[in-house]
Amino acid sequence: MANIDELKRLSTQVRRDIVRMVHAVASGHPGGSLGCVEYFVALYKVIMKHDPKNFTMDGKNEDLFFLSNGHISPVFYSVLARTGYFPVEELKTFRKLNSRLQGHPTTHEGLPGVRIASGSLGQGMSVAIGAALAKKLNIDNSLVYTLHGDGELQEGQIWEAAMYAAAYKVDNMICSVDYNGRQIDGDVDKVLPLGDLKAKFEAFGWTVLENPKGNELESVISYLEKAKTFVGKGKPIMILMNTEMGMGIDYMMGTHKWHGSAPNDDQLAKALLQIEEAEKDY
Amino acid sequence: MKKYTYTEKKDTRSGFGAGLSELGKSNPNVVALCADLTGSLKMDAFQKEHPERFFQIGIAEANMMGIAAGLTIGGKIPFTGTFANFSTGRVYDQIRQSIAYSGKNVKICASHAGLTLGEDGATHQILEDIGLMKMLPHMVVINPCDYNQTKAATIAIAAYEGPVYLRFGRPTIPNFTPADQKFEIGKAVMLNEGTDVTIIATGHLVWKAIEAGEALAAKGISAEIINIHTIKPLDTDAILKSVLKTKCVVTAEEHQMNGGLGDSVAQFLSRNHPTPQEFVAVNDSFGESGTPDELMKKYGLDSVDIVKAVEKVISRK
Repeated sequence: MANIDELKRLSTQVRRDIVRMVHAVASGHPGGSLGCVEYFVALYKVIMKHDPKNFTMDGKNEDLFFLSNGHISPVFYSVLARTGYFPVEELKTFRKLNSRLQGHPTTHEGLPGVRIASGSLGQGMSVAIGAALAKKLNIDNSLVYTLHGDGELQEGQIWEAAMYAAAYKVDNMICSVDYNGRQIDGDVDKVLPLGDLKAKFEAFGWTVLENPKGNELESVISYLEKAKTFVGKGKPIMILMNTEMGMGIDYMMGTHKWHGSAPNDDQLAKALLQIEEAEKDY
Repeated sequence: MKKYTYTEKKDTRSGFGAGLSELGKSNPNVVALCADLTGSLKMDAFQKEHPERFFQIGIAEANMMGIAAGLTIGGKIPFTGTFANFSTGRVYDQIRQSIAYSGKNVKICASHAGLTLGEDGATHQILEDIGLMKMLPHMVVINPCDYNQTKAATIAIAAYEGPVYLRFGRPTIPNFTPADQKFEIGKAVMLNEGTDVTIIATGHLVWKAIEAGEALAAKGISAEIINIHTIKPLDTDAILKSVLKTKCVVTAEEHQMNGGLGDSVAQFLSRNHPTPQEFVAVNDSFGESGTPDELMKKYGLDSVDIVKAVEKVISRK
């Protein structure tokens, strides 16, 4: 495992990648991407057993990750590139014509690291269940991880999947919710309140962990490690991870406004002053 | 007119069930998922023989499509089973994103398609499913004509890598395809060579086309009859070769005229060899409750309707 200072430097660089990528094409979703940097860095650098240089669709004996809220593709792409799935320079093709880095992640262009298309919300948990069931059939003890947006939980398919996962004891899957309380139209509590999420998932039969510090790397790592201790115990596992949308850029925090809009030149300059070039920019 | 006979009437869904059971024995990667219609889909045999490879999803078709997509990651070949209505329209976006766009090797197996579902009525009688599925890039769409062909198709699609929509039905109908006939995806089956008209039929309408061919022969009209079990990819070579000879065509299907087999044939011919065409299909209407036979008559999908369409199209030559 890389030391924590290195991981924090990587996190800073990932934040730079995110704002530069969306700025370059004046589109994309920086807010949720910035809020999930620590989760992705923890997952890909510390938690998952995976082989970036030899990507296979089946991922036999590797841990798998499914991004259900595909619009936060910038953070996904940046971390995939910086863990060796594809060249970092390719980040500059994000959302451009003929790119493998589509607006929302897809397998269609064969980008290593992506195993399912996502973007239309609510589908990733079902896919992850299927992959987890295949692992059980294959006597493959590696794990399946997912990430979901909190707004995404308004989709009915999530609850179909949640019911199934508990009923059929899909206990080799660790799901996380990016619980930032904001969605594209405003606060989740104003758009369609989710109620008591912990109680809901527990009532569905899940083991639920609440991480109040989803933007602290040590905390994210420790909650994912803790979640692993519940693997194989007959219940699917959920981490409700409190994050701040827009984390790391002062003017992007405390609002939903940067959910789906990109900074202009001046705003980019202001953002980059707050996040140093910790590794090399693409 | 070549004589077609059958020893018994059987339902195409049972052909699917038999094919799936055979696959279960021959291919350990085949898994099956069902959304609370195991008996209706005739998946019981597979469920009994391979409980560890059978997933009862409950009444949650969206989740079923996602789980099927996920099972392919790990090398499984999932066969999903539910009614055609719930296999397509209800889960269109799940199929589009998680299966078709993601290029997943899922076999979407759909029973009770069309009017012949019968008494349940229009809520369940989907007549738009071929159109919905053929519009998805690279989706293979198959609608076999009888028990034996459905069984053979079920076995054949497991060997094809990529998403497939397999459509079949509820009622018992003549089982005339030879049990040993090889099923080739995208390859039309020539049922009768003729010179005056080409009848291109799919699914339950294939037997109706044979009946129509006999009635036409009695009137001195020589019909070439082609069974198009694969609507996509369409066997355009077989179609072109036939219409070059007959110079007119009737398509017949248990589906809306919009978006069905007839549409695909017309699209091909209009671009390559414009030919008078008549459509035996449901004309922009929902179905209703009734027996399968009553419904096929009322909605113009009977052999007499094919005969009328043939006479009309010949007059347009």
